[in-house]
Amino acid sequence: MGDIRSYTMNFGPQHPAAHGVLRLVLEMEGEVIRRADPHVGLLHRATEKLAESKPFNQSIGYMDRLDYVSMMCNEHGYVLAIEKLLGITPPKRAQYIRVMFDEITRILNHLMWLGAHGLDVGAMTAFLYCFREREDLMDCYEAVSGARMHATYYRPGGVYRDLPDRMPQYEASPFRSEKDLKILNAARQGSLLDFLEDFCERFPGCVDEYETLLTENRIWKQRLVGIGVVSPERAQELGFTGPMLRGSGVEWDLRRKQPYEVYDELEFEIPVGTNGDSYDRYLVRVEEMRQSNRIIKQCIDWLRKNPGPVMVDDHKVAPPSREEMKDDMESLIHHFKLFTEGYCVPEGEAYAAVEAPKGEFGVYLISDGANKPYRLKVRAPGFAHLAAMDEMARGHMLADVVAIIGTQDIVFGEIDR
Amino acid sequence: MSAASDFVRTFFLTELLRGLKLTGRNLFKRKVTIQYPEERAPQSPRFRGRHALRRYPNGEERCIACKLCEAVCPALAITIESEPREDGQRRTTRYDIDLFKCIYCGFCEESCPVDSIVETRVFEYHMEDREERVVTKQQLLVFGDEYEKQLAADRAMDAPYR
Repeated sequence: MGDIRSYTMNFGPQHPAAHGVLRLVLEMEGEVIRRADPHVGLLHRATEKLAESKPFNQSIGYMDRLDYVSMMCNEHGYVLAIEKLLGITPPKRAQYIRVMFDEITRILNHLMWLGAHGLDVGAMTAFLYCFREREDLMDCYEAVSGARMHATYYRPGGVYRDLPDRMPQYEASPFRSEKDLKILNAARQGSLLDFLEDFCERFPGCVDEYETLLTENRIWKQRLVGIGVVSPERAQELGFTGPMLRGSGVEWDLRRKQPYEVYDELEFEIPVGTNGDSYDRYLVRVEEMRQSNRIIKQCIDWLRKNPGPVMVDDHKVAPPSREEMKDDMESLIHHFKLFTEGYCVPEGEAYAAVEAPKGEFGVYLISDGANKPYRLKVRAPGFAHLAAMDEMARGHMLADVVAIIGTQDIVFGEIDR
Repeated sequence: MSAASDFVRTFFLTELLRGLKLTGRNLFKRKVTIQYPEERAPQSPRFRGRHALRRYPNGEERCIACKLCEAVCPALAITIESEPREDGQRRTTRYDIDLFKCIYCGFCEESCPVDSIVETRVFEYHMEDREERVVTKQQLLVFGDEYEKQLAADRAMDAPYR
């Protein structure tokens, strides 16, 4: 007969709005979504299985590559789990450095999210501004670790190296006048902390800029208000964490509820939404950026006043300094032992979770007493969020699916692992 | 807010105009763009790029074939074979790095007890053939000779932190 039948449409995996390799099979009725079926696994790299075959430390680099826009937070989860099993606590300074870089990572992630989400929905300009600030934070990543993204900076027992006293500077080129170069290098005269402090002074103004472009914008509001509404009860049932949960009005943040490292010594607020729609989640994330900025400032103040070691002084876990290693036979033995066999972790299991920018990033580790994990399980926040895709998208239009993917802040590195 | 001001805001496009004002202001601001191949973003002395093997100032290669880097490499990108040289010293006969496997974590450099294997600041390179991904000992040494000055300066700068 002449009645309209639903049809099936493939969205992705090669779609610019699919944020990587998401394949959605959409059952549509006209332009309305009746069912959304996410197909995952296209970026599966067997990180968990790989970790079973190498010493603990060697998997740190692979944790960066899980959620590849919030690198250090993933490392943090993994490193915390190992520390829990080993029963060691890193020095205070290392904890502050970790917290500072976790918050830098949060800003990095939210900037990437804001830019990409805006781009998906049609706001091109915010993307460019977001990436301008991202560049400065990437420089901080590079200054401490030597890599702009995949840092491999956190280690069980602390962090690899202390913060550098000098920031790299721009070099003269025919494209820059002397004066221009001076302005570019103005913030880079001091240490990394000076550079970051300058950034922290600037950043709230930058967030104001993004907000001027988006918050009140009628197109932005039309695309986000009332899209993908999740009630607080349902959000908890679905296992939401992070801004997805807070956007629905549940005040849950691991940094407050189960403080790890030095979060209980820092002042910050947890923003929560009221309506649980995409717009509220946008507001929550923007406010989180401001709060992260606040935390970074407090960390800078503390780190300035308190120099000290950034690694535990236990050479059964952490390698000795290079100077020691070259002078002292015992240190050399420790060095060789650690870089070949690694360290053995006592038998047992541990779950450690951090409040990653996307939600609760947890690592569940089982050790059988060997130098490799017996089993590693990664709890990726994005997986639970993606699982709610069907529920959030049902009844919305095709264009709203893009907004919902955006608001879920999906990154396939962690979902597929 | 009252209905009247709501009405005014809707019809005078105030929020859109404020956004336009912002972009307009940025149009005349100093540009942040870097003219890439000619102009470079600053690079940290800790940068981890393509590998190189270093020599001592007297020209002797540093690597003593202890195979720590091979053992610590998470991606199993390094392959080493060694034999005693004519003068009885233990040296590598083969030192291959598979650049496709390498994840640039820097563990090889961290583990090297003689500062032989290092990661340089070079991040832009290409190959025209799949086989070229495996860089041999000879290539690594030549690469190291080429950048020795920079490498030594970077290591010296970072020495207090390691």
